[in-house]
Amino acid sequence: METIVFSLLNGMIYGLLLFMLSSGLTLIFSMMGILNFAHASFYMLGAYFAYTIMGVTNFWLALFLAPVLAGGVGMLVERWGLRRVHVNGHVAELLFTFGLAYLIDEVVRIIWGRNAVNYKVPEALDFTLFTLYGSNYPAYRIFILFVAVFMLVSLWYLLKRTRIGLIIQAALTHPHMVGHLGHNVPLVFMSVFGAGCALAGLAGVIGGNYFITDPAMAVQMGPIVFVVVVVGGLGSLEGAFLAAMLIGILQTSAVSINASFSDIFGFLGLTASSELGRITVAQLAPTLPFLLLVLVLIARPRGLMGEREV
Amino acid sequence: MTEAALQLIDVHKSFGHAKIIQGLNLEVAKGERHAIIGPNGAGKSTCFNLISGRFRPTSGRILLNGKEVGGKPAFEVNRLGLSRSFQVSNIFANMTVRENVRCSLLYSQGHGYAFWRNVGSSRELQEKTAWVLERVGLIDKAHTPAALLSYADQRTLEIAMTIAGDADVILLDEPTAGMSHSETEYAVELIRKATEGKTLVIVEHDMGVVFGLADRISVLVYGEIIATGKPEEIRGDPKVRSAYLGDDAEALTLGGAA
Amino acid sequence: MTTNMTTLAPSASEKFTQRALPFILFALLLIVIPFIGVSRGTLTLFNHIGINIVFALSYNMLLGRAGLLSFGHAVYLGLGGYFCVHILNWIADADGSGFWGNVPVFSLPIFGFAMGALAGAIIGWPSCRRAGTAFAMISLGVAELMSTAAFMFDSLFGGEMGISGDRMSGPKFFGLSMGPIEQVYYFIAFWTLVGTVAMYAFTRTPLGRLSEATRDNAERVQFIGYDPTRVRYLVFIFAGAFAGMAGGMSAVQDEIFTPDSLSLIPSGAILIATYIGGIRFFAGPIFGAILMTYMGSNLSDYTAGWLLYLGLMFISVVLFVPDGIAGLVFGFWRGIRSPGRYALIGKWITQILGLALVATSVIVVVEVAYRWSDGYGDVFAPFGFDLPHNGALTWVIGTLPLLAGILILRRVKRTESEA
Repeated sequence: METIVFSLLNGMIYGLLLFMLSSGLTLIFSMMGILNFAHASFYMLGAYFAYTIMGVTNFWLALFLAPVLAGGVGMLVERWGLRRVHVNGHVAELLFTFGLAYLIDEVVRIIWGRNAVNYKVPEALDFTLFTLYGSNYPAYRIFILFVAVFMLVSLWYLLKRTRIGLIIQAALTHPHMVGHLGHNVPLVFMSVFGAGCALAGLAGVIGGNYFITDPAMAVQMGPIVFVVVVVGGLGSLEGAFLAAMLIGILQTSAVSINASFSDIFGFLGLTASSELGRITVAQLAPTLPFLLLVLVLIARPRGLMGEREV
Repeated sequence: MTEAALQLIDVHKSFGHAKIIQGLNLEVAKGERHAIIGPNGAGKSTCFNLISGRFRPTSGRILLNGKEVGGKPAFEVNRLGLSRSFQVSNIFANMTVRENVRCSLLYSQGHGYAFWRNVGSSRELQEKTAWVLERVGLIDKAHTPAALLSYADQRTLEIAMTIAGDADVILLDEPTAGMSHSETEYAVELIRKATEGKTLVIVEHDMGVVFGLADRISVLVYGEIIATGKPEEIRGDPKVRSAYLGDDAEALTLGGAA
Repeated sequence: MTTNMTTLAPSASEKFTQRALPFILFALLLIVIPFIGVSRGTLTLFNHIGINIVFALSYNMLLGRAGLLSFGHAVYLGLGGYFCVHILNWIADADGSGFWGNVPVFSLPIFGFAMGALAGAIIGWPSCRRAGTAFAMISLGVAELMSTAAFMFDSLFGGEMGISGDRMSGPKFFGLSMGPIEQVYYFIAFWTLVGTVAMYAFTRTPLGRLSEATRDNAERVQFIGYDPTRVRYLVFIFAGAFAGMAGGMSAVQDEIFTPDSLSLIPSGAILIATYIGGIRFFAGPIFGAILMTYMGSNLSDYTAGWLLYLGLMFISVVLFVPDGIAGLVFGFWRGIRSPGRYALIGKWITQILGLALVATSVIVVVEVAYRWSDGYGDVFAPFGFDLPHNGALTWVIGTLPLLAGILILRRVKRTESEA
């Protein structure tokens, strides 16, 4: 019971962080058709910006400023990079963002060094909120939960209740129509790209000190965010949410299960002495998202909730 | 009784709630030149897409030389002897004119998916490629990348690729769309020559082309064929005249006069 | 009719100069290299270049020829390579008897080829039903899946340490023991040539041509009687096979394979190399492989920033030179023989000047930044100039040439589009 509750809670937090990342990616993909390979790099930038800003001022300012900065970098990238390669098609755009991810990784190494930086949870939030089954539960995790839910609600409000949201929603389903409606498409694109990057940056601000802030964090997170977006169905925010929670809980739970294959499939004659039998579910955890991706793409190419085929 | 080259029996096609084709019946005899005309949005292109395997019919049967092809993938329909062109040039843009035609010949020349043969070493393939290019008058531009061709030449290449394989039923979707008058004349001559002895089904807006080429004409309106017959029968048909309003009706007459 | 055919097809002499001659020169070059007195280190570099040439060419069968963007091509090199390292051990264990006892190490790339083909056939089946973004995503998923799963099967993949073998076991082939680096060089050279010729020949087969047709217009391919999915699948198997062959070459050269060799990192590297080289030309990936291998082995001794330079180069190629190095080389070759060559040379000189200015600034900024970041107090001092990170001169050199260079390049571009 104890494991289940903790796994669910932690899995939900991880899932919400994944959604924060993948919602930006989904918005960008739906409107611009670009699968931004460098999306997780903006997540990393968010964390590093927050670390630096926190060093000068405090965490609360960082919580606001770091996503804005990440979004700003995103807008610059859109204006001076993506817009140029747009004429060469989607593969060129994908390649450009691939190269960009590579560059951001290296630049981060130059500015902040090759090792992890000491980006700490702010003192105001560094306490035990409650004790469950004799274990202490840190308040910061609940804070992440709140920020994520707040973002979720704001995003929902923005999309469903505002004029900008209407345009974006129209663009999600009919990307070519937005231009015909007389909107300044380049500006819309730049803003959406910037907003998507800012969301990734926000995930970095609150995720960076929850996990670890090092130059490898983008490479580790990037592929999983892709999995979320594709499994959920490209262009579907609901799908991304579902997939993010699914993967978050699946992966977090798997890590805490120490049962091996021989324990589970023992009735099939799998023994603990065989190599396959020794593999534990916890070991399997890192492969789960990718297994899911391959399975979904084979069985249901549209993803869980997608309307368009990938 | 000889078997029809192409036969559509009560074919329906809907996209969601939109019923585009509603009970299409059509029979094209072997060696016939058949034109399908009709106002915009009547379902002419959909009809071609159904026959050529691009779309799957919602219901009904499509027979090619007596064999059911409805719902078969396009490449299988093609192998059974049907070849089509497209309204918007649909060519291999980064390859040369010669490569475009050579690729279109590969299957009918029995090369399959071979990876053990050099395309340059088959004498027959080279000769047939040259023959097709000569026939359509693109031989001087054989080494030009297809993307750099003029619009009219791209249309010609489109026709060349369609007739290259030894298909005996040829579908041409608005082959002269966007061509100048002289280019159209040239294209009609080309089509006439190239489809000699084959069955031709053509969708065309230019009435001059239609009445100049076709043995028989079918008029498609709102997903149904309202009339089929010899050009002079169609011209006099009151149903057809009422379906074509204004300029188009005049075009019908003018086309007949030309 | 026959006259048409002969005018259409290239003449025998054209065929020779355009197709056979480059390969003959390539073969001669490969043979001559060890005789010009190169060091052991350089020979090792050449060996890696050979492996990467085959790998990059196999990658371009997908990206350039078939239009399939893969983020997981190293999986096939890795699986072929792992298989060959296992074979090395089987050969050693067999000790001259049985089937493996009679397999010369020289033939390993054939086994790598088979393994790569097998892996391609299995993984390609679900992947190749889609092109474009979906294909790219599946390849990414497969690569991550393979490299994470590899850590679970230690007997197959050897865990963190990987699996190593000994290339000196087994029967000799033409008197080659495969011990000395020169012998390994000839082994690599032989298979590089075989791979290059075979992959060039592939482009001229019906399947090779169909793969290009599918890249250009998958829909039309259906209407000339072919199934684009099948075309992609077959091409994918061949691309996997040649990558596996490169894996076999690498198994003999390095005698070790680790699970990292299956991951996104080598897959990404070969994507970058191939693209920089130029995906629209057969020779492009060869240029890319040479450049990347050289940078990785030599430039990394001079600067910690070589990865950054590679990334900058890649982005610049994506932005400004989509045809890559090969496009520049062949463009130069065409230009130099065209009547307007003098105007062109003037333009090129201006462009080179602009590029050099930009490069000067970029290099200064990158080098100074790396030294500042290391925190050892090291100062970048090219040609005796001291350029500390807080020096005024550093900032001048880091910015002014950059701006001047950009202005020059833009002006050239503008006059070009006006002309």
